[in-house]
This record gives sequence, structure tokens and C-alpha cells, in this order.
Amino acid sequence: MTLIQRLTATDQPLLKVTGLTKNYGRRIGCADVSFDLHPGEVLGIVGESGSGKSTLLSCLAGHLAADQGQVIYDGQDVLAMAETERRRLSRTEWAYVHQNPRDGLRMGVSAGGNVGERLMAVGARHYGGIREKATDWLGRVEIPADRIDDRPSAFSGGMQQRLQIARNLVTGPRLVFMDEPTGGLDVSVQARLLDLLRGLVRDLGLSVIIVTHDLAVVRLLADRLMVMRQGRVVEQGLTDQVLDDPQHAYTQLLVSSVLQV
Amino acid sequence: MIRVENLSKSFAMHNQGGAVIPVMSGAELAVASGECVGLVGQSGSGKSTLMRMIYGNYLAAGGHIHVDGLDVTQAAPRQIIRLRRETLGYVSQFLRVVPRVPTLEVVAEPLLQLGHPAERARERAAGLLARLNIPERLWSLSPTTFSGGEQQRVNIARGFAHAYPALLLDEPTASLDAVNREVVLALIEEAKARGAAIVGIFHDEGARARVCDRLVDVTAFTPKAAA
Repeated sequence: MTLIQRLTATDQPLLKVTGLTKNYGRRIGCADVSFDLHPGEVLGIVGESGSGKSTLLSCLAGHLAADQGQVIYDGQDVLAMAETERRRLSRTEWAYVHQNPRDGLRMGVSAGGNVGERLMAVGARHYGGIREKATDWLGRVEIPADRIDDRPSAFSGGMQQRLQIARNLVTGPRLVFMDEPTGGLDVSVQARLLDLLRGLVRDLGLSVIIVTHDLAVVRLLADRLMVMRQGRVVEQGLTDQVLDDPQHAYTQLLVSSVLQV
Repeated sequence: MIRVENLSKSFAMHNQGGAVIPVMSGAELAVASGECVGLVGQSGSGKSTLMRMIYGNYLAAGGHIHVDGLDVTQAAPRQIIRLRRETLGYVSQFLRVVPRVPTLEVVAEPLLQLGHPAERARERAAGLLARLNIPERLWSLSPTTFSGGEQQRVNIARGFAHAYPALLLDEPTASLDAVNREVVLALIEEAKARGAAIVGIFHDEGARARVCDRLVDVTAFTPKAAA
């Protein structure tokens, strides 16, 4: 056996999705989606608006009930488990970063409180320890320590997004769902966020599913890429392979439509 | 270390009338450890295409590519990711990085990916940058604003940071001055001496003559119908 076969032989997928389908009445949300995600892998999902990528993410995270299919997380059948059990998973093992930080933050609570609240939800009780950990995480996402008592409403969009990431990662999740995390941010702020995300993924060994319409973002962040159109996966593979040698007509169109700068 | 067998490639242009363009057939190549093989042939003859296929960046239409025993044409994406991390390095002609990341980090990244301690990775990166004459005051800046030649040298430093057992080099000496060209050639010679198998594209004939043990003309792999 070669080195690489030996290194990958015992890998078990963290998430195994089979035939996932969600319809809105007669309209297809997403249809027959299957993939594996291994620990430490970043999977990008791209496609135009209405391609089903956000529906898929919501079904995976349990925000929407799928009609058919199977989602196995770390050996557990997510769609079959009790709601309380699924909630426990999404509080401890998973994180969900919304496109709009306002959807993922509590705007009336201080930055430190936003982060600390998550720790308390998983059982942390010691105030000093919580504040210390919150401060540490604010530092990791480059929010100055003297802003810990400010409310997110006083933050810029980029800072709010970084705070949302800190709030999500403080409890040490293994799987992170991200819905257009860099959407709506200035390009310079996007770059900073991308750099931050890459470092966190590498250092914490996170598995990430990131939905975006921005091909440049997935090229820099994702190991693997899935292209969706009209609810179906039309192509998937290594990110640079799919972008540089697209096989499906739709992917070719998508890649060739990107403006060069 | 690298073995290419009966490899073929075609591009299907679905949005341009569905044209299928065969660009390669019957490609054969074998590169042993410690050996450097130069790909030659005029522009558009498929040198870079072959290199990209070995890297798993382009899909093969048929045939096999073994790198350290792993068949790249059949491997799962995560196996190719692992292969690129551990075994197979690639110095392309263009530097592609996350904007804002300091040059030193860009060069240290392959070692950090492999789990090397940050301090050692940065030391190694600093050594390479110094050797390639990138002034130290630039190390904390992102290379996105650097000149073409500087970016090329950062790219080379990054490609040589980890001692890959196999290396693909696409025009590593293009756009370099004589002093830096010499440094790059020495790096290649050192990589060969430690046993790396290297496939290179060099338009610079002097460089080719100095580091390549053999040349393979890729025009032999051009499909007959298209010729």
C-alpha cells in the first residue's frame, strides 16, 4: 500500500449524505444529493440563486425537514433522531454561520455576552473563565479587547461577521455550516475574513460546508466543490479541477462567465 | 516515482457547439527518484496540460498516472489533496494566494498544513526567502502587490518549503535575473540530490541542459487526427 492509501485508508466520513431531497410543493428544492465529508475537509457548494444550495444547507443543519434521504453524522442518523438530540448536536458539535450576522447574533447583547452565552448554553458556569475565553476568541477574530462590552449594533459589517464566527466556534464544533459568509462585505474585509477562516480551519481541523456564489472564495477556501443547478448536483470534484477543467455544460458556463480583474 | 501510461485528454466545449477537441493521446512518461525530466515541444503542444493532469488539476480521458503508487486518474479527491500535501509539489507560473496574508506565511503554509511547528516552518520560509533575495522588509507584506519576478520567487520558495518526493516545475526560471536563476537551479539540483523526482518545463535552454537528465517531446502525444 502506498503512503497516501495508508493515510486515507482508515478515514471515516464525519458526514454521509445519501439521496437528500426536499420539495416545496411541486417545486424542487434540492433533489437526490449525495456526498461524504471527511474530518478537516472544506466542501464548497456553488450555483446561481434558486439552485437549491441554501435549501440543501438548511436541510443538512436541520433547519428544514427533508422529504427523503439520509444524513449520517459521526455514525448517527440525524433525520431519524429526536428533536432534543438534534438540538444538542447543533449546540455542541455543529455551528451555523449566517450570511447576515444579524441572524446569528443577539444584537442587544454585548460582544462578550454573545460569545459567553454560547459557553453557558453548553454548561459553562464560572464567570471569570467564560469572560477569559470570550476575550481570547474576540482576539482570535481580531476584535480589540476594549470592544468586549460594546453591542454588535455598534460594529461594522465585517466586525459583526467576525463576531458571529467567534460566537459559533467558541464551543469547539467539529462541523461548520456557512451560508455566504463573505456576501455583502467589502472586498478588503472579505480578504481578511477569508484569511481568518483558512487559519481556523487549518488549526482546529474543522470540517466545513460553505455555500456561496463566489467562485474566487471557494477556490481559496474549499478542498472540494459541488456545483448545483435546479436543485441537482451537476458536477463535483476537487475544487481546482472543477474550476479549471469543468466537465458539465453549466459549470463551463459558470466558470467562463466570471469577470477577470 | 511518477509513471504515466497511455494517457489521453480531450476538452468538450459544451457551450461552443459541443465541440470535442482531442489534445493528447498515448502519452507515456516515467520519472525515477533523483531524476529530472524536461518536457519539450512548441507552445500549445500540451506540456502544461500533461503537468496539470499529473497534478490532478485536469481530468484524464483515458490511461493512468501513478505518483508514488497512487493512480491520480482513479483517486478520490481527498487522496489527491493528501498526495499534494505530502508527496507532490507544483510550482505553477502564477502565484495564487489569499490577499492580505504575509509573504512569510504564504511560504510557510505547506509546512503548517503538514503540522510542522509554526516556528520551524517560519524559519524554513525565512531561509528560502533570503536565499531567493526577497528583502526582509517585504516578508510581512502580502505578495499580491509584488512585481512579477518577486511573485515568481515567492512561488518557488513556497514550492520548495517542504521536501516533496515529487515536484512539477512550470517555467521556474522564467522572468528571473541571472543571480536568482542560479539560486533556483541550485534548489533544483539539491532537490534531485535528496531524491526528488522532477518534471519540468524550461524554455531557458541553458537551465534545461543543466538540470534535466532527459527530455521528452510531448508533440509525440498529439493526436494524429488533430495534427
